[in-house]
Amino acid sequence: MTGSESARPTVIRRALGSRSTWLGGACVVVYVMTALCAPLLAPYDPERLVGGSFASPSWAHWLGTDQLGRDLLSRVVYGARLSLLAGVVSVTVAVVVGATAGAMAGYFGGRVDAAIMRLIDVLLAFPGVLVALLVVTALRPGWGPVMLAVGLINVPVFCRQVRSTVLVVQKLDYVVAAQAAGAGSGYVLRHVVLPTLVAPVVVLATLGLGTAILEVAGLSFLGIAGELTQPEWGSMLNEAKNNLRSWGWRALAPGAAISLAVIGFNLLGDGLRDALDPQLTRVR
Amino acid sequence: MIAFIARRAVLALLTTFVAFAAAFVAIRALPNNPVLARFGQHAVPEQVVAKMDELGWDRPVWRQFIDFLVDVAATGDLGESFFYPERVVDGLARTFPATVELTLAALLIAVPLGIVAGVAAAVWHNRWPDYLCMAGALVGVSVPVFFLGILLMVAFQNMPTGGRLPLAMSYDRSTEFIVLESLLRGRWDVAAAALRHLCLPALALSSIPTAVVARVARSSMLDVLGADYVRTARAKGSAPQRVVFRHALPNASIPIANIAGLQLGQLLSGAVLTESVFNWPGMGTYLVAAVQRSDYNVVQGGVLLVAIVFVTLNLALDVLYVLLDPRLRHAPGAQ
Repeated sequence: MTGSESARPTVIRRALGSRSTWLGGACVVVYVMTALCAPLLAPYDPERLVGGSFASPSWAHWLGTDQLGRDLLSRVVYGARLSLLAGVVSVTVAVVVGATAGAMAGYFGGRVDAAIMRLIDVLLAFPGVLVALLVVTALRPGWGPVMLAVGLINVPVFCRQVRSTVLVVQKLDYVVAAQAAGAGSGYVLRHVVLPTLVAPVVVLATLGLGTAILEVAGLSFLGIAGELTQPEWGSMLNEAKNNLRSWGWRALAPGAAISLAVIGFNLLGDGLRDALDPQLTRVR
Repeated sequence: MIAFIARRAVLALLTTFVAFAAAFVAIRALPNNPVLARFGQHAVPEQVVAKMDELGWDRPVWRQFIDFLVDVAATGDLGESFFYPERVVDGLARTFPATVELTLAALLIAVPLGIVAGVAAAVWHNRWPDYLCMAGALVGVSVPVFFLGILLMVAFQNMPTGGRLPLAMSYDRSTEFIVLESLLRGRWDVAAAALRHLCLPALALSSIPTAVVARVARSSMLDVLGADYVRTARAKGSAPQRVVFRHALPNASIPIANIAGLQLGQLLSGAVLTESVFNWPGMGTYLVAAVQRSDYNVVQGGVLLVAIVFVTLNLALDVLYVLLDPRLRHAPGAQ
């Protein structure tokens, strides 16, 4: 390897050579395409009452209908949209806040580091659900606050990773050289340190998408997101739980949908991590 | 060593205090007013003002905080719930043991199962036991616990769900550690009923920790099995089982113990979803309901307890880690 030009194709080739990247990537593609093409795939409008309530599966309604008579298959398909949106928004919040805080903590060290890391400790001392609940209640129940809350409880993950990467990187010769050449801390952070953070953050964000999807579904399962008509997997599971004896099996489709989406992001994240970190691959 | 522990202990105390203060302020910043909620739609404004004045909730938050600290210092009590005639201490004494028993039961499943799976995966590295265990671990961390709970309830319809004992069973007890207490008192019928109620929730809750322990056990064993002393042990003719269980596993156990401890902390504070699926009367559901009603004393008392448990546990783990690992004990940072 002579430089980054030749390093990058190696990483991509390694990533594509691993089975988990392919499998996970396939799950993620199916999931994203379902979300994007929901109107084409769903046989009915997910919010309209199209049949009797609690109808059993039939040719007209492959998965039957829910308590109000809405088509379940259409609701599962449309559910991918909210789940994907919530995952992406909350991970973006977590990456932006966490990476900024972590980079500052690692780069400036001393008091800045101590202050930021103590704040993170405090955040971790709370149960995540409670933090999310406080945020959502404060901002009035709804999807926006839920995404923000899930983003917030995932900040520590990114903050710690970025901080530890920055701590390692800033001792490397080329960073010291840039500083010695008179580059300001803003320039060093953006042009010298930031590029090294991309790889670990991409891996963590991929894995984080899975976690965020789980957490969003969990909050809406608990009913924290408030009353909704929009189809969402977590609240569909809650409806199934409330009528367990008669139609517990209706939990299968939304539950499997969440599980597959999360498995996809976890596999993809593992594959990317192995590709980006050759040492890890050697050990395995 | 002493200085290291002292420094960590001070930090832990500080973290607990800040977490408590944050909860105290945050719960009062919520838009819903508990007094209005309790008096209902037909509240007379004067009545509400008078109640707020009586409780001191119309004062500035910093003032309320100081008043509360003085109160706690004087009486050692966390106050009463605003919605139920129950002291916060009693509410926590009722719900915390339920969460502790659930968590411990889940870990009792997760740790042995995770270690067996992880060791098997490492020993038969890149063969079918490895693939099977890793696929299982992937599913374990990916399937939502509330979905797993529903599946378990549908699959085992004859198992009890909801609560910790059958409604018909009355049983005098002095603590809410039902399983533990009934076992100590020799009340086998109560213990059996309580264990039956505990089965499914604990199984559901154990999915993530089992997967996490299995992954750590596998990678930790792989590291150790590749080490020179293991090769030496093999070369001198030790039996394969002896190499795995006598030479490798003890040395691979430190990261496993650490991750199990971390999971304990996570579960104690994070069993809300499992408790909700199985109507388990634990602390998670207690606190979530309290936040939704803005029951100030319950929320701040609960957060205080959770923070103390979590922070103390992490402190204990840090210390244990240093004690167990001679390399850390002699590292410059530990002195």
